Amino acid sequence: MAEKTYLQAISDGLRQEMRRDKRVFVIGEDVGVYGGAFKVTQGFQEEFGPWRVIDAPLAETAIVGGCTGAALMGMRPVAEMQFADFVSCAWDQLVTVAAKQRYRAGTPVPIVVRCPSGGGFSGGPFHSQNPESSFAHIPGLRVVCPATPEDAKGLIVTAIEDPNPVLYFEHKHLYRRIKADVPDERYTIPFGEARIHREGDDVSLVTWGAMVYTAAEAADKVAEEDGISTEIIDLRTIIPWDRKAVLESVEKTSKVIVLHEDTHTGGFGGEIAATIAEEAFEHLDAPVRRIAAPDSPVPFAPALEKAFLPQVDDVVAGLRELAAY
Amino acid sequence: MAIAREAEPVSSLTEVREFGLDREDLLDIYRHLLTTRGIEERGHILYKQGKIPGSFYTGRGNEASAVGIATAMRPEDVGTPLHRDMGVHVVRGVEPWRVFAQFMGRMDGPTKGKDGNVHMADDRLGLIAMVSHLPAMLPVAVGCALAFRIREEKRVALGWFGEGASARGDTHEAMNFAGVRRLPIVFICDNNQWAYSTPTHLEYAVEHIADRAKAYGFDGVVVDGTDVLAVYREARLAIEKARDGGGPTLIECQTLRMEGHAVHDDAFYVPKEMFEEWAKRDPLERFRTWLRENAQFTDEQEDEIRGEVKKLLNDAVKRADESPIPDESTLLDGVFATPEDLDTPHHK
Repeated sequence: MAEKTYLQAISDGLRQEMRRDKRVFVIGEDVGVYGGAFKVTQGFQEEFGPWRVIDAPLAETAIVGGCTGAALMGMRPVAEMQFADFVSCAWDQLVTVAAKQRYRAGTPVPIVVRCPSGGGFSGGPFHSQNPESSFAHIPGLRVVCPATPEDAKGLIVTAIEDPNPVLYFEHKHLYRRIKADVPDERYTIPFGEARIHREGDDVSLVTWGAMVYTAAEAADKVAEEDGISTEIIDLRTIIPWDRKAVLESVEKTSKVIVLHEDTHTGGFGGEIAATIAEEAFEHLDAPVRRIAAPDSPVPFAPALEKAFLPQVDDVVAGLRELAAY
Repeated sequence: MAIAREAEPVSSLTEVREFGLDREDLLDIYRHLLTTRGIEERGHILYKQGKIPGSFYTGRGNEASAVGIATAMRPEDVGTPLHRDMGVHVVRGVEPWRVFAQFMGRMDGPTKGKDGNVHMADDRLGLIAMVSHLPAMLPVAVGCALAFRIREEKRVALGWFGEGASARGDTHEAMNFAGVRRLPIVFICDNNQWAYSTPTHLEYAVEHIADRAKAYGFDGVVVDGTDVLAVYREARLAIEKARDGGGPTLIECQTLRMEGHAVHDDAFYVPKEMFEEWAKRDPLERFRTWLRENAQFTDEQEDEIRGEVKKLLNDAVKRADESPIPDESTLLDGVFATPEDLDTPHHK
């Protein structure tokens, strides 16, 4: 057990799998000599060589399509999108080929596509997005959004082991800000099992990724200032998502906020809210509340981006409103 | 002025032998050509009888191209054939009754009714099922070649596309990546001159698609796709070159799509003279004549092969018709793969 950043935890998990399993290889833009735009694969090429840490041309379609072909030939590819935003260039390969191959052709496609996602540092419209809900809508894809270093490591291992195409959204804003103890040994974290980040009785707050920390700060504040007890559920994986954990929490608190950094309309929060309405209506004492980014591209200027991203104060206001309902 | 090499026709039996084909192989090629056309002709009849839902696509005119290429593959090689490449499935050993079951959406089709027409492949035969989005399978084929290169296996991947699909970015990304890494892959362009109703001059501005190969750092070759032996020879050269570390080749097989895009399309936009001209170069008739002139192909031998193929296909249609319709309970089967799905030779 050692203290690791979120980024080191991803890197550790990946390196361990590459040492353990020769089929695992990494491919992406600048992942080799440079060690990746964010240095997740720093030192990998020295250890594993240029044919297991492959610097690809600037070609996301070739990268993800190439991973699919290699996976069909028995490899366990891990692709890095330099930014999650660029996964749009590989949409067809993920959605048309990889996602449907098992269903229609019977052949599994065990690939992982790492997508550094999220805003908070003036990345602008093309370096800040959280496109998880677009992929959550595609049957056949797994969608993973870790929030803690421990989960980041365990989930990258599970993602590599999983026989399906997995989109692994790693939040850039957590890379070096978040540190915690991470086990040294290899371990997996099952998909579809939420983590209770904080137990509470008054309001349930369902979230994932970097918003877990925004939620936690807001929960501290309302606990101290208003005596409101918040239960924070970190979903950890969006597909599959832990309906049971969410519904159990709603049964307990009867009030729920769904919080995400992605934009509001069509965000995955809508799916969660609808499920709660369908399956836990009798337990609700207040309408399900969604807190999300507004329906706009992610703006560049710090003042605008702050207004765009859900802030602690937005969540505090939501918690107070629901607690008082 | 073409940049790609323009392949010569194959002349004598001696030349054919130099490229590794004996007389039995030649008869197999004829058998495969007949089977390929026979499957599609019977499919057409089944479609008209209302036994095939959706639409129906054939590769009439492309049989020699598909059969010639696949004959040059070794068992350990893999490929991503498309909807004009039934001949590839036939050469690799697909059982025709499974193809008819696929056309009819039955449980014994390779996709168990989950997908239709030639969107199928038996992975045990080294083939990967195509998608409708062309040429999305090219990057996938490149990935197969990448796996072979990483593992230092002497295997080759073959990626098919059409001249229409050459206009899309996947083609560029796949060829560029393969060229940069000198991967063991052969790109096959089925240039049948019509992308649905769009003629070649509206798809590309170079003389030949194969001319582009030079821009990716490898060789291009243009071959008459109605000449099965010339196609075979060029494919064999390219495949063995790739196997020996010589990198990719782009082979452009020139043919004419002798029917519409699919059964609903009467191809009114194709000039009648064009069909008449290419009908004279029918790939089956051409090879039959060659066999008679160069390989002592007799009436008896021809009758025997025709009889075998006829029986094979008659039995196949019957057997496919007995295959069960998928039960509704299988609707969600396989949306997600399970760990057991990885329990295949590929994934060990």
